[in-house]
Amino acid sequence: MIALLIRDLRLAIRAGGGFGLGLAFFLILAVLVPLGVGPEPAVLAAIAPGVLWVGALLACLLSLDRIFALDWEDGSLDLLATAPIPLEGVVTIKAMAHWITTGLPLVLAAPVLGVLLNLPPEAFGWLVISLLLGTPALSVIGTFGAALTVGLKRGGLLLSLLVLPLYIPTLVFGAELVSRGAAGLPIQTALALLAGITAGSVAILPFASAAVIRINLR
Amino acid sequence: MSSFWEYANPRKFMQTTDWLLPVVAWSAVVVTATGLIWGFFFTPDDFRQGSTVKIIFLHVPSALMAINAWIMMLVASLVWVVRRHHVSALAAKAAAPVGLIMTMIALFTGAVWGQPMWGTWWAWDPRLTSFLILFLLYLGYIALWAAIEDPDTGADLTAVLCLVGTVFALLSRYAAFFWSQGLHQGASLSLQSGTRVDWAYKAPLYVSMAGFALIFVALVLAGTRTEIRNRRMKALVARERMA
Repeated sequence: MIALLIRDLRLAIRAGGGFGLGLAFFLILAVLVPLGVGPEPAVLAAIAPGVLWVGALLACLLSLDRIFALDWEDGSLDLLATAPIPLEGVVTIKAMAHWITTGLPLVLAAPVLGVLLNLPPEAFGWLVISLLLGTPALSVIGTFGAALTVGLKRGGLLLSLLVLPLYIPTLVFGAELVSRGAAGLPIQTALALLAGITAGSVAILPFASAAVIRINLR
Repeated sequence: MSSFWEYANPRKFMQTTDWLLPVVAWSAVVVTATGLIWGFFFTPDDFRQGSTVKIIFLHVPSALMAINAWIMMLVASLVWVVRRHHVSALAAKAAAPVGLIMTMIALFTGAVWGQPMWGTWWAWDPRLTSFLILFLLYLGYIALWAAIEDPDTGADLTAVLCLVGTVFALLSRYAAFFWSQGLHQGASLSLQSGTRVDWAYKAPLYVSMAGFALIFVALVLAGTRTEIRNRRMKALVARERMA
């Protein structure tokens, strides 16, 4: 399993294009929003948590179709499905590799973009914590979507249509956690619910993704 | 001893719905017309809302059926996953567009009602937001069916999407309630609490709800019959090619 993880990470970093693209997209979004809504510091501070969360979510979406597409094309997905490790494990590792190459850089870059968007100083900690807690759920849910559309020729747009509604609870609790942190309100509920969604998705969705891959490989 | 599962046989299903569909369709027309005409012309105006209150006879039944259509799809998908009856998968496929239209009617009539009452067409109220999310889930479900060529693969994948989507729809609903306090009133009809709606309104409302349920059943039966015929046609074409 660790070998698979290392292989996926190597492929993501060396194969060019995919890695870093999400990060660049996140940066561009954080630059475009102030240009669009105007440089008013109070306005930016008010919308910063939501913009950063939506940006992270869209950046995550950008690299989803690469999770299975290459392995599907060259047939290594068939080999992985017949490998001694269970397919559920393969799917989890794939999601984890996606998180390490997409989610984790987003978490690390978010505070810098928070400065650009005039995020209140109290909220920086909560921003990092909420993204750290929430982005694994984004990767796992996205892996499910990628598994559903793996056999399709033009699955990219359909993938966004399928995955974005499923991202809503994570987005709501994540952005709510940051804005409550910024306003100095109690954050326990949002924190617990966000963590709960991530834990639940990580525990259950790999089974759904593996089932869907088996159907697609049939 | 006849069992419910007999209707999983496409031939038996077609035979039964042959006479059942016209009965359901005509009773849907009669019951809905009764409910709506009674509701629109023979109920008093509300003392505060005036005649705008009468949009309830479209709004509540369509919202009810929008949710029930998804629940029916969920049950049909589970039956397909567990027992592999093709009719069940096709019924789920046929129910999705009906549910989508019901969601659109509920959202549209809600906007028309909200404009004079709340002074706005749209508000990011939890109930409204949940319905918008339900709308997106219907769209995704229908798009996935349309995108996959192999019918059995399509049935399997959409069934899994329906199961996962149900969980996330419920999560989104509670997330929306956590996220914003709404303008929308609480449930007008409820099994536990006492009466909040006068019988003058409640009686035609129940009739319209029954009418919308019948419309849904009729449309799903017709849709399923079309899908079965479609399959038979494809099988015939394939057999022709083989010969």
